[in-house]
Amino acid sequence: MHSVVLTKGVPDFREGQVSFDEDGHLERGDTPTVMNPNDKFALRAALQTKVRHGGRVSLASMGPPGYKEILQEGMRDVYADDLYLLSDREMGAADTWATAMTLATGIDQFEEEPDLLFAGFKTADGETGHTGPQTAWCLDWPTITHVVAFEVDETERTIRAKRLVEGDVSEIETVEAPLPAFVVTDPEFEASYRTARERLRYKDFRAETQERAAAYEDHLTVWDHEDLNLDPDYIGLDGSPTIVAGVDPIPKAPSEREATMVDPDEMDPVFEELQPFAGAD
Amino acid sequence: MTDDYEHYEAVVVGAGPGGAAAAVQLANNGVETLVLERGVESGSKNVSGGLIYAEESAPYTIDGLFPEFRAAASERPVTNYYLHNVAGERVKTFDVTPLHEHDTEWSDAVLRRKMDSWLEQRVHEETRETGGGLLTGVRVNGLLREGGEIVGVTCDELEPITADLIVAADGVNSELARDAGLMDWEEPDEWFQGVKAVVDMPAGAVEERFDIDEDEGVAHLFSGDLFEGARGGGFLYTNESTLSIGTVFHLDSIVDESVEPQQLLDRLLTHPLLAQWLGDDYTELEYGAKLVPDSKKVANPSPHRGRLLLVGDAAGQMQAQGPIIKGMNHAVTAGALAAEAFVEARSRGDPTDAGERYEHKLESEGVMAKLRPRRYELAATLGENDTVTSITDSLLQSPLGRIGVRAADKLGVLDWGYTSPFLAMMMPDTRTPYVTMPRVIAEELGTRVTDESTVEPPALDERIGDLTYDVDDPHIELVDESYEASGAAVTACPVSAEDFGGGCYRAETIQTNGSTERVVSLDTQPCVECGTCAVVAETDWDHPPGGKGVEFKQG
Repeated sequence: MHSVVLTKGVPDFREGQVSFDEDGHLERGDTPTVMNPNDKFALRAALQTKVRHGGRVSLASMGPPGYKEILQEGMRDVYADDLYLLSDREMGAADTWATAMTLATGIDQFEEEPDLLFAGFKTADGETGHTGPQTAWCLDWPTITHVVAFEVDETERTIRAKRLVEGDVSEIETVEAPLPAFVVTDPEFEASYRTARERLRYKDFRAETQERAAAYEDHLTVWDHEDLNLDPDYIGLDGSPTIVAGVDPIPKAPSEREATMVDPDEMDPVFEELQPFAGAD
Repeated sequence: MTDDYEHYEAVVVGAGPGGAAAAVQLANNGVETLVLERGVESGSKNVSGGLIYAEESAPYTIDGLFPEFRAAASERPVTNYYLHNVAGERVKTFDVTPLHEHDTEWSDAVLRRKMDSWLEQRVHEETRETGGGLLTGVRVNGLLREGGEIVGVTCDELEPITADLIVAADGVNSELARDAGLMDWEEPDEWFQGVKAVVDMPAGAVEERFDIDEDEGVAHLFSGDLFEGARGGGFLYTNESTLSIGTVFHLDSIVDESVEPQQLLDRLLTHPLLAQWLGDDYTELEYGAKLVPDSKKVANPSPHRGRLLLVGDAAGQMQAQGPIIKGMNHAVTAGALAAEAFVEARSRGDPTDAGERYEHKLESEGVMAKLRPRRYELAATLGENDTVTSITDSLLQSPLGRIGVRAADKLGVLDWGYTSPFLAMMMPDTRTPYVTMPRVIAEELGTRVTDESTVEPPALDERIGDLTYDVDDPHIELVDESYEASGAAVTACPVSAEDFGGGCYRAETIQTNGSTERVVSLDTQPCVECGTCAVVAETDWDHPPGGKGVEFKQG
């Protein structure tokens, strides 16, 4: 099984990492870029496929040269056999459509056709959730979104997935699709290893990938638009039918709440007052 | 039906020293071995006093099986060993190094998280070569049976696994030993309970305050009247840059005297004798507790059933006789012998014979003789009854007895007595050797300690607060909440106390139909999984699932 996982670098929005200016605009220079957290679920899904069925996990992204470290992060924190970065100036400032076109061309370029393409549920910055499905559309592969668990039948060449359908009452829907297929993991996705052999393989892979991540560039392939035989008019800013017209600052959080310590002794009269109402009687 | 399950030649449950020894010995003989450990890392569920021995007479030692062990995983060797008899502030000290060195190739202080996690790596590497390996965060919760025969194990996290050999090295609260009916948690007098503080020391302080070099270490034992008459004693061992200070008492004594274990530990920590070592800057890194089987009573002479072989604490293989406290070394020997037994049985085409061979080896290699010495059994029948205890105690405390103690000291008999392995083996489990004798010796021969202690040990809620927990659903069920049945847990549980609301067990008075009733309630969140309440209260006791519950950082 060859799994390809798509990822993107995003600002680290965690408390203590992210930085905003006075107007509430993100200060990119002061905020570290990290692997989109949702994409780690996708990478874990790909690792589960490798643990159960063997094969290879490729982690791919389109972005500036600094994204090499995003790929390294995925290799170190979860797993990857090899890394692919689609990167040159012509690809810059792409919208989701141009990005999808580029990624799909990259996936077409793999010597071994992928069986599964994984992506996380939307990026932490753009939050469009478009790039993955558009890539699958370009490839003409079936798409399964909000996947929380799945199984692959190698003989039948099918994937059977449980997807979370949120509504007034959340439901789990089971769907089946032929391979190759595109899978969007839900943040509720949890890899499941119920046999010792799977867990031992998982442990081996985790140890190997951490070692590999220390020299990740040995496992990295960088493709520019010429490698992919892409016309610059159809990628990057020139190939983007949409532009970002403006950015509104994030509204400030409501006024801070204060907690006051209460002397436990002062609470005694309150407890006494409430005593008659307590209990099942 | 069980044919569909995963199969390994051997499954070892628990990756402490016993499990590690069994696993590496199996792997060395090419047996496909899977090791399952419920902690997030080996050692995270373990507490020990902390001395590990390599005995001259033992067929296996930890450094024999793991050659880098002493350099990588242990703390300091014990180069001097002292026993302090205490009566108030009077102390009479004996150098018991000769007793300690008897049959000892070496002995090192250890901290279990560091030690066991180091073993974990070695064991995983060795067993992985065989097609098995070591997994953490997996709790084995019972035995898999087919047609009444034990054929494997069941787990919280994995599908059932079948095996030709199951080594239960799952500790003092072994769920497998109980499932097989080979151990129970019934009688408090079959157990000891130990509590321990790991104390941080400033750089160079261990060498300076104990007057030792970097490659030396000291062990101190304490007995006498500093523990409210509870039968047991205290210890202090030097680690590389910390101290392990703890107390160990007969569990029945803790129950009978209604003493709070953590308070007895505090009495030791704040005794003026320890002021010279603890200084003015007491920093406790970790508070822990452990139940200890008394091998004299519970070491199972036939620790096997079908494919299941018990090793270490799970088989009651913990030798505690007066100043001799040895557990881990016996677990190592037993683990390796269990592996040896299986390898032999397999090579003769009958792996089911491993249990019998293991039992025979425990006997022929002298392990059982150490765990259940004949001399103790004879002496116990004579010495362990109330009449004899009160007569000896009255005599010791009488003017005549006191003259005797002084005379014995002049003749060197006390020095001889305290360094005699022969006598240590027959020491009765009564208050005479633990309390009365040390007190009389200290009163008659001791000198007053003039130091003043400034140590202020943390309160119980702080100790609990400093521990790391991954809290899960309650893993212990209180079967009988009446105070008569389960009240002993309120005091005996090391993380509970009378009039303390933040622990596991709490006594409450409730009103029902006009009458009042004392009941016990249970909250397992701060549980340190020692198992005390399983013995002293009416509970249904299980371990938490893999990776859940308390996580010791020192151990």
